[in-house]
Amino acid sequence: MPHLRENNTALISALRGLLPSESVLADAEDMRPFECDGLAVYRQLPMVVALPETVAQVQSILRLCHAHGVPVVARGAGTGLSGGALPLADGLLLSLAKFNRILNIDVHNAMATVQPGVRNLAISEAAAAYGMYYAPDPSSQIACTIGGNVAENSGGVHCLKYGLTVHNILMLKVVTMEGELLTIGAETLDSPGYDLLALMTGSEGMLGVIVEITVKLLAKPERAQVVLAAFDDVMKAGEAVGSIIAAGIIPAGLEMMDKLAIRAAEDFVHAGYPRDAEAILLCELDGTHAEVSEYILAVRDILTTGGATEVRTAADEAERQLFWKGRKSAFPAVGRISPDYYCMDGTIPRRQLPHVLRRIGEMSAEYGLAVANVFHAGDGNLHPLILFDANKEGELHRTEEFGRSILQLCVEVGGTITGEHGVGVEKIDQMCVQFHSAELSQFHAVKAAFDPSGLLNPGKAVPTLRRCAEFGAMHVHHGQLPHPELERF
Amino acid sequence: MSDSDISAALQQQVLDAFHKETPLSISASGSKAFLGNTSRGQPIDVTGHRGIVEYDPRELVLTVRSGTTLHEIEAALAEAGQMLAFEPPHFGEAATLGGTIACGLSGPRRPYCGSARDSVLGCKLINGRSEILRFGGQVMKNVAGYDVSRLMVGARGTLGIMLELSLKVLPRPSASITVTRVCNEAGAVSSMSALLGKPLPVDGACFHGEQLYIRISGSAQAVREARSKIAGDVVPDADAFWHALREHQLPFFKRNGTLYRVMVKPATPPLNIEGTWLLDWGGAQRWLYSDEDPASLRHRIASVGGHVTAFRGGKQADEIFHPLPASLLAIHQRIKASFDPKNIFNRGRLYAEL
Repeated sequence: MPHLRENNTALISALRGLLPSESVLADAEDMRPFECDGLAVYRQLPMVVALPETVAQVQSILRLCHAHGVPVVARGAGTGLSGGALPLADGLLLSLAKFNRILNIDVHNAMATVQPGVRNLAISEAAAAYGMYYAPDPSSQIACTIGGNVAENSGGVHCLKYGLTVHNILMLKVVTMEGELLTIGAETLDSPGYDLLALMTGSEGMLGVIVEITVKLLAKPERAQVVLAAFDDVMKAGEAVGSIIAAGIIPAGLEMMDKLAIRAAEDFVHAGYPRDAEAILLCELDGTHAEVSEYILAVRDILTTGGATEVRTAADEAERQLFWKGRKSAFPAVGRISPDYYCMDGTIPRRQLPHVLRRIGEMSAEYGLAVANVFHAGDGNLHPLILFDANKEGELHRTEEFGRSILQLCVEVGGTITGEHGVGVEKIDQMCVQFHSAELSQFHAVKAAFDPSGLLNPGKAVPTLRRCAEFGAMHVHHGQLPHPELERF
Repeated sequence: MSDSDISAALQQQVLDAFHKETPLSISASGSKAFLGNTSRGQPIDVTGHRGIVEYDPRELVLTVRSGTTLHEIEAALAEAGQMLAFEPPHFGEAATLGGTIACGLSGPRRPYCGSARDSVLGCKLINGRSEILRFGGQVMKNVAGYDVSRLMVGARGTLGIMLELSLKVLPRPSASITVTRVCNEAGAVSSMSALLGKPLPVDGACFHGEQLYIRISGSAQAVREARSKIAGDVVPDADAFWHALREHQLPFFKRNGTLYRVMVKPATPPLNIEGTWLLDWGGAQRWLYSDEDPASLRHRIASVGGHVTAFRGGKQADEIFHPLPASLLAIHQRIKASFDPKNIFNRGRLYAEL
């Protein structure tokens, strides 16, 4: 396609007019680090990478791409797990890495204004001097950026008590595909008109490019303490979670791991987990000193009554950190015991946990692939890690099939295909399971309201009806996913 | 009242309206009819669509039909020791959850435990094409698709008729006390702002009649501990005070004239605007009776990064809500058209252009 190539050459040379030469990368070698995000099974080199450092540059780049009809994929640290930042071969990859400054910390109003390339943890580190912090803490918080967190509506282990990204931001500055700068939300607790802040959060770079974020800061709790409980039965652990909540206690974090995950984590970081347990629960309580003491006693009681074989309160801050280190290292720990693993991200109503774990166990046997389960038990977000070897013929394919079955199961029991990792390219077909065609059409219409040209991150997050029809047809022989309302192509 | 599902009948009415391009004005008990611009159109009544669909206290999730009254919902939650964390104002005996969510109203607990919008997990709605759509769900974490459920909060029915809502609920704190002390407005603002930086279980802060009121809630131990760190006298029957504040039943709200809702950053020093003030939400939501020209008032508040609504007693034919910049208004119009292409729902209720 000579026309396309000419267009690309024109675009790249125009870009060099807008940005310093080192901020425009067009050689394959230079663009290699941008070819994938955290979901590395999908790789694609973009046509060109741009690394702007001012809002005006972002506006110019978007205007230029809009004029040339070139699609744009925005990218933060590239730690996303659903391929949301996967480049397009004919598109521009817009890296926000140079937007890495904390612009203001306003202690009196408990907020901070930051650029999108600031790392999640860096906000809390900067706020620590004032006894404050930014609550959402995805496991990747050392590396992931706040811009990406907003785009994905990231969670973390403290969501049940402190909410997701959407609950912890106030205002965004966003550049539209036409290059217009919008202010969405406000520094006040709400803003006039529709709640575009909610719409923008978790929109996976499809509605606008975020160039500034105002987040809420919270006072750091006086004390946090964690209780570890071991169970000889996964079902009992699941029951205990419900009992803690029924007692009127909202833990700051409530995590569950099954046997395979426990052993992998223990072998990796020596967190002191009981290797013979079928499941462990980590229950973190935070608040004032007296409050934490009161809740620790109550929780220990509930866990013991619920049949825990062992209940341990962290002896000191070092042990508390160690208990968490085991949990936060669960993914890399599983990475050590298997050549590859595939991380799923469904959410289910908590009461469905026994049924879902049993079904995953059965499917694990059917597919001949082992699964380690780590579970944000407080908020129902399940991360089954499917162990596989990509070098074995057909195993990746079988793993993906297995993963799809797990997500369909999550939808069947009233849950969702993604709790915090996003749809991206990875779960785009599963969107057809969760939503029917009128809902998907409504999503497309919402996108068009922000991006009429459809050039922002096209092909991600929301499938076309045609794609769903094909996906549905593909799966009819399983006797599942009836989509009688869809046209077949 | 018994539960009933009238979604099919509502859908038929919307379909007729869609074909005939008849504007519809969504109504329930009418408790919030005073709030917003006058809506034009034939009334479509959702009060018959009522009942709790699902409530499992262990899940902390409640799913109800939109015509269910707040009274019924709060009674069911109280029985399980739980509550709506956003402490919604009712503004009427028969107030429904649908109206509360459509207006996006939250009470004194809002700055500390989240807003109506923060509680919403999922929504089933009828859009302007008469399609029944479901967004979000009954789980806390869900990032599949755009967050349309929360978009409905505060949209004042302009995007569709909400049929069912799933909300996150929370345990009621086992203990609560309110302390009060005399101070001036500037002192109250700085005290309330300082509380934001302290790890104390505060869930209400208000300045009214030269008195600062601070509510502390949580476990018995936590409340006792926090009480010793906050100066002031304990208010007897504090629930009645917060209830009267939430429902605008304090004598302050009995004035004549226009009541403005002024939203500013909480630490904003007292604004030099002629009128009578009451500060709620730790200073972030301020109520003002003023005779000042609405346009100049908007200008003054906007200059400190805030916005203002003519909440009660304004001219409902005029602009009630803070005007939007042109670029945002254009996006609002396109969003409106994407849900309601024939502009049948609550025409003009939020902005004349929607």
